[in-house]
Amino acid sequence: MSNVRDTATPAKSLSFEDALAELEATVRQLEEGNLPLAEAIALYERGMHLAQQCSDLLDAAQLQVEQLTLANGQQQRAFFFPDEQA
Amino acid sequence: MTPWTVGKLTHYIQELLESDPQLTDLWLTGELSNVTRSSAGHLYFTLKDATAAIKCVMWRSAVEKVTWQPAQGAAALAHGHVSLYPAQGYYQLVVDQLRPAGLGDLYSQFEQLRDRLKAEGLFDAARKRALPQFPRVLGIVTSPQAAALRDVLKVIGRRYPLVRIRLAPTLVQGATAPPQIVAALQAIDADDEVDAILVVRGGGSLEELWAFNDELVARAIVACRHPVVVGVGHETDSTIADFVADVRAPTPSAAAEMAVPDQAELRQRVRTCTRQLEQALRRRLSLARQAIDQRWRALHRLSPQAQIDAQRQQVDDLSQRAARSLEHTLALHHSQLAGLQARLAALSPLAVLERGYAIVRQQDTGTIVRQVEQVSPGDRLSVRVQDGEFGATVRSGS
Repeated sequence: MSNVRDTATPAKSLSFEDALAELEATVRQLEEGNLPLAEAIALYERGMHLAQQCSDLLDAAQLQVEQLTLANGQQQRAFFFPDEQA
Repeated sequence: MTPWTVGKLTHYIQELLESDPQLTDLWLTGELSNVTRSSAGHLYFTLKDATAAIKCVMWRSAVEKVTWQPAQGAAALAHGHVSLYPAQGYYQLVVDQLRPAGLGDLYSQFEQLRDRLKAEGLFDAARKRALPQFPRVLGIVTSPQAAALRDVLKVIGRRYPLVRIRLAPTLVQGATAPPQIVAALQAIDADDEVDAILVVRGGGSLEELWAFNDELVARAIVACRHPVVVGVGHETDSTIADFVADVRAPTPSAAAEMAVPDQAELRQRVRTCTRQLEQALRRRLSLARQAIDQRWRALHRLSPQAQIDAQRQQVDDLSQRAARSLEHTLALHHSQLAGLQARLAALSPLAVLERGYAIVRQQDTGTIVRQVEQVSPGDRLSVRVQDGEFGATVRSGS
């Protein structure tokens, strides 16, 4: 088998930008061709997982806002809800 | 006396006005009214006070340098020269600089600071850093109550909700705003997770935006380890903070758009990748299929069955040739035999006997009698004719 999957991080644990970068690199690799069939199929599967991860991350994302506050000279963070402040 | 033409008089007055040293270089204060902007970008207005008014025009090249919004009723300080508009017969002030009056000191401070920081190279494009393409954490320096913040969060939430926002709250106007802005910038910049910082404030009057013309604020922006986007006021507002920012945005919403990628484009990129993956794999599979077909044909040519078939044909061929060769030899021998038989038959003594000859032998010795003197009377002979033998006795000699 190819080494594509053995050394790769599971797509599920990649950040969006890492998944997208690897996805685009995977496409280039697969398009260059001349790969053994098993390796091409492994790359395809890896790419599809990465694409799914990208979409999943965007679908699940919700903007998170924290506000820095100073308490007793210590910097702290608290969640900030813009709508309640409005 | 020759009467003057209107043109001649107008020209005469024009010369008077435009050659007067006082009128060619003067500062004039007054209240702005009838402010209109032509489609060509020129600005027309009237400056007036309690007793008088003068029409003013500002050409587009000069209007572009104005960093505030000249509004109806505002007190203004204009610089320019008096000229005459012959077609309408009125005089006007051609304004090349327009400042808000009362802020005259502030304005010259602004210009001095701008020139000084510029001379230090703080506005240089080479100093400016690019924003990260995919920020993970964005710092925002603004007032938590401001509409600008809500706009920014709305834009970022729509475009790239993956980013996390850290808000460093500060006042954004008033005398205490500059040190607060500096402290907020330093606090957010100290955060190692932050990838870029947005400094935003909605539109306001020149005084309201003044905190962003503060030298300490400008230097705090320059000192940031992380790239800073400044979006203060409207498109027409320019502050020192804008000039020193790594990225200058015309408005807070524009700053938000510049700071994060757009998920619509990102989703499109992912879809494109998926399509390319599918196409590439399809191409690879059809290559593999072709290779298999080719080898299948080659294998078929080399299979034992094919060899057996070929050898069987060879055996057939050889046996046919062998059979043909045998028949040929037999036929040859047959004809040779027939020839020999014919010759043998021709030479056989029996054939002579058939023609009526006989063979005579001495009965006792079997000696063939060829001459008369071989026999004597009384000898017993054996005579062989065609169909058998009979005995005979010699009666007389010769």
